[in-house]
Amino acid sequence: MIPPNYFLILSIILFVLGVIAFFIKKDLLTMFMAVEVMLNATNLAFLSLARSANSIDGQVIVFFIITVAASEAAVGLAIILLVLRQKKTIKTEDIKLMKG
Amino acid sequence: MIEILIVFIKIVCALVWFLLLTLYLTWLERKESAVIQDRIGANRASIFGIRILGLFQPFADAIKMIFKEDFVPAFSRKFLHTLAPFISFFFVAITISAIPFGDSIRIGERTISLQILDFNVGLLFILAMLSLGIYGIILSGWASNNRYTLIGGLRGTAQLISYEVALGLSLIGLIMVFPSLKLSAIVHYQGELIFGFLPKWGIFLQPLGFLVFLFAALAETKRAPFDLPEAESEIIGFFAEYGGLKWGLFMMTDFMEIIVVSTLLTTLFFGGWQVPWMAADGFHWPWGGEWLLSHWLVVVFQVAAFNIKVFFFCWLQILIRWTYPRFRYDQLMDMGWKLLIPLSLVNIVGTGIVMSIL
Amino acid sequence: MGYFLFFLLAALCVGSVLGMIISKNQAYNALFLIPAFASLGGLFGLLEAPFIAVVQIIIYAGAIMVLFIFVIMMINVQKGVPPEKKKWTLYLSFGLAVVLVIELAVALKAAFTLPVSTETLKAGPVNLGRLLFTKYLYPFEITSILIIAALVGAIVLVKKKEQE
Repeated sequence: MIPPNYFLILSIILFVLGVIAFFIKKDLLTMFMAVEVMLNATNLAFLSLARSANSIDGQVIVFFIITVAASEAAVGLAIILLVLRQKKTIKTEDIKLMKG
Repeated sequence: MIEILIVFIKIVCALVWFLLLTLYLTWLERKESAVIQDRIGANRASIFGIRILGLFQPFADAIKMIFKEDFVPAFSRKFLHTLAPFISFFFVAITISAIPFGDSIRIGERTISLQILDFNVGLLFILAMLSLGIYGIILSGWASNNRYTLIGGLRGTAQLISYEVALGLSLIGLIMVFPSLKLSAIVHYQGELIFGFLPKWGIFLQPLGFLVFLFAALAETKRAPFDLPEAESEIIGFFAEYGGLKWGLFMMTDFMEIIVVSTLLTTLFFGGWQVPWMAADGFHWPWGGEWLLSHWLVVVFQVAAFNIKVFFFCWLQILIRWTYPRFRYDQLMDMGWKLLIPLSLVNIVGTGIVMSIL
Repeated sequence: MGYFLFFLLAALCVGSVLGMIISKNQAYNALFLIPAFASLGGLFGLLEAPFIAVVQIIIYAGAIMVLFIFVIMMINVQKGVPPEKKKWTLYLSFGLAVVLVIELAVALKAAFTLPVSTETLKAGPVNLGRLLFTKYLYPFEITSILIIAALVGAIVLVKKKEQE
């Protein structure tokens, strides 16, 4: 059996990669995907901790996270479509309504 | 070592069964449509002048497909264009690994179950693989770089995603009745009897769930009356830019989906390999009396029962495909979201109420 | 065997996320994430969470990413902007990432000596369901409200206003 800390280290790597992707990408869609990567990294961390603590409560939390991620994706994509329809772009540097 | 060999043999047998049935479904489709339209149908392919109803036609088709030019459009995304049919094919072909073809065989000391992999969550595994198969459609539609294929791909994706919800929800009632996600366990539960004579098959316990599942599964196969992704009279469909063997893979995927849906219908709602009133040692008639059989005969009966049920549903699906006209797109979406999903929810609530009363 | 699978899936996962970071086309970004999420499903399976693994594949790889790709193909992708513009955000992000790694490593120093329980986890769907409907009943019900809200919200947001 593989020790759970391997998975935990992998989840750290994934989370960091998600953060990097979130910062260097310039369009809303890809940034949104980076958020999904981070969410998945946390899922992996939860599951490995659940495995190490030998309880399945962690799995229940992951179940909730996946549900929330699904509804978040639906609403987020709807918002992105709306932004695209009104601003004709989804690049973050062109969306500067608050910048004055 | 011998375990690996056994698994290998099982995989080979299942794939041979799957592919042969796929080949002969093309023949069945041609013949059945011919009968429906008062034609004769494919009957010319022959080996040494022997025709037997055109039974060699699938092999002739296969040879033709293999030797056709493998055309890739100039402006397509080449890698994805090539990858797409294989994705479609792979994710349908892999579902066969979770289907139980029969109970187990005893050879000497060893018991071999007639199922490649008995997953703990086999039912969900099949649904997962079918949902991954969507990528084949959307990738082929997009990578061909053609408006018509893109429309076909988008239509297909929207349709499959919508009907997947109904497909999943319709099975919840079934899982409530047969409390397991393991396909072998679901089949074993269906071996019991209700009132002492009626086999406890899914269809008798979940008639509404069966109907919803049937319609959602028909939509998942993307054939008429749900063939909007292809719609040969309007947009030709997501594989318009394919030729030769790659197009053949898409066509085979279509037929394999029919078989997968049939095996699922059989396994979940019609008792899988269960023969009514047959236990592990032979028949026990509900009106008394019994007919004891040897172990091997029982296995033969079980596998034959499974195959007959699967053939029946393949035949039924082809019949439906050649009988009904295509839906309009809004009718399709209305049926998925406003009819099938509410019905499956009603089914869940109804099942819950009945189960809490009993 | 287990280690081999783990490293294979981990490499696939990290590799495809890296590919997503490097590639400039939105559609390819989304396509790169599919193997990442699917291999994560496999990793969940290795952690003795078969139900969550399958749910991950159905929902993440099979539904959420399909939605992303659907939207990308619907809005006709443009090529991503070259990263020359505003390069300082790139350096900032790498700096932040390094800080984050250090922070996480410090916080999870305990993780490297995580206790390993050798008992098998009873993580079948039955146990998970029992826990969902007893201890976590209220969160479960609240997620159902959340899903309804998301469903209605998405429809209201995207629906075109009818002409008066």
